[in-house]
Amino acid sequence: MLRYIYGKDLSTYPVLQDTMHRDRATQFAERLKWAVQVDENGWERDEYDALNPLYVIWENPDGTHGGSMRFLPTTEQTMVNDHFSNLLNGVDIRSPFIWECTRFVLGPGANSRVAAAMMLAGGELMRAFSLTHLLGVFDPRMVRIYSMIGASPEVLGSAGEGRDKISVGLWPFRPQDRIQVLKRAGLSSEISEHWFSRSFGHAIHAVRKAA
Amino acid sequence: MTELELDTFLQALEQADALDQIQQLIVELRDTFQIDHVVYHWVSADGEQYGFGTYDPAWAARYQERDYIRVDPVIIGCFQQFHPVDWKRLDWSSKAAREFRKEAIAYGIGNQGFSIPIRGPNGQLALFTASHSTDNESWAAFTSKHQRDWILIAHYLNQKALQLEKGRTPEPVRALSPRETDALTYLGMGYSRGQVADLLSISEHTLRAYIESARFKLGALNTTHAVARATSEGLIIIGGAARAAAGGWPGRETDDKISKTAAS
Repeated sequence: MLRYIYGKDLSTYPVLQDTMHRDRATQFAERLKWAVQVDENGWERDEYDALNPLYVIWENPDGTHGGSMRFLPTTEQTMVNDHFSNLLNGVDIRSPFIWECTRFVLGPGANSRVAAAMMLAGGELMRAFSLTHLLGVFDPRMVRIYSMIGASPEVLGSAGEGRDKISVGLWPFRPQDRIQVLKRAGLSSEISEHWFSRSFGHAIHAVRKAA
Repeated sequence: MTELELDTFLQALEQADALDQIQQLIVELRDTFQIDHVVYHWVSADGEQYGFGTYDPAWAARYQERDYIRVDPVIIGCFQQFHPVDWKRLDWSSKAAREFRKEAIAYGIGNQGFSIPIRGPNGQLALFTASHSTDNESWAAFTSKHQRDWILIAHYLNQKALQLEKGRTPEPVRALSPRETDALTYLGMGYSRGQVADLLSISEHTLRAYIESARFKLGALNTTHAVARATSEGLIIIGGAARAAAGGWPGRETDDKISKTAAS
């Protein structure tokens, strides 16, 4: 199931928190060999985790982490503006209608349905909070996965070679993508609404009418 | 709120250079939206606060005297999130919070509220709030209809308030990036979004993100307003003859893409 959890509440889901940070260590430190910090618990954490970001997490039936990503508003401090504006020809993207999405990671054994569920969640956030775009930092090999799901970002710039390669891209809010992504995730619209409202206390459809 | 009303409001806000002008604008905003109250509230991590709006001054005084900032679920909740929030979704379960709510309603605040949190550096928090007395369904309809306008107003009002109030830390005005400058320049020259996207070799979706970002930095409501502001502040230069010029935009484009596009 999908959970939307702010950083300050993460410790109330200790298994989810622990396995998420471990899976991030596996993905970013071991597999991609990015220069990330892994602490004594085997957790990959950075300064943006300390800014009370919003996480979207896929929780496996056994309570462990199946996939996640992390959101921050671009009107505040963001990883893209701090570290990657060189990939955007110096563009410093700031808007209350654009949120940054970083540390997209899939847990061991996660299939493309989990990836699709996470993209679905990104779309739900855009729909619910009047966002026009998500601005993402990702490993370029993810692009194939994204396109398979039917939610390709537009890559704005990349740096590095091979394993070190890193890209910045934009996902625009396209309401028509939702049906496709729901299908790829094997989920119904109702269940997605239900998960959203369980986290935020209200359904999205009231908001949708306005859009 | 119509686009024209929003535009008028944001332009008046832009021109305001004193806090009492902002206070007046907020009163007008409340009347336009036909709700009980509109309030801006700024709080620092160490409990310093400041604000303006339409609440009964007796309530504002009471709020400070009783140090309600430490009880108010809206403040406590908004310190911990960045999405817009309906007050019903906050934690009102403590006895202190329930008493506080009862008292606020007695002072005419209303039984419904909707707040846009804006987190600033060093634990600063600004809140832009609408409150009203109505049923849940009407309030949900109101907030969903106006959420986008409300977010925009919240951010521009916050920028203005920080600018006017000494001792706060306003975000420095951010220069437009080269891409944003190019996008606004071409738009100002009369090219369509599709043409501008072609010229910059980006998709229209990405162009929209650049325009959104430029708009926000310029405090502009729409693209036209952003182009006008960027022009008046000398950030972009739009020559009347440039569009028809065979050589494209001198010094900017090296290929002949512009003249081709302009001719098509």
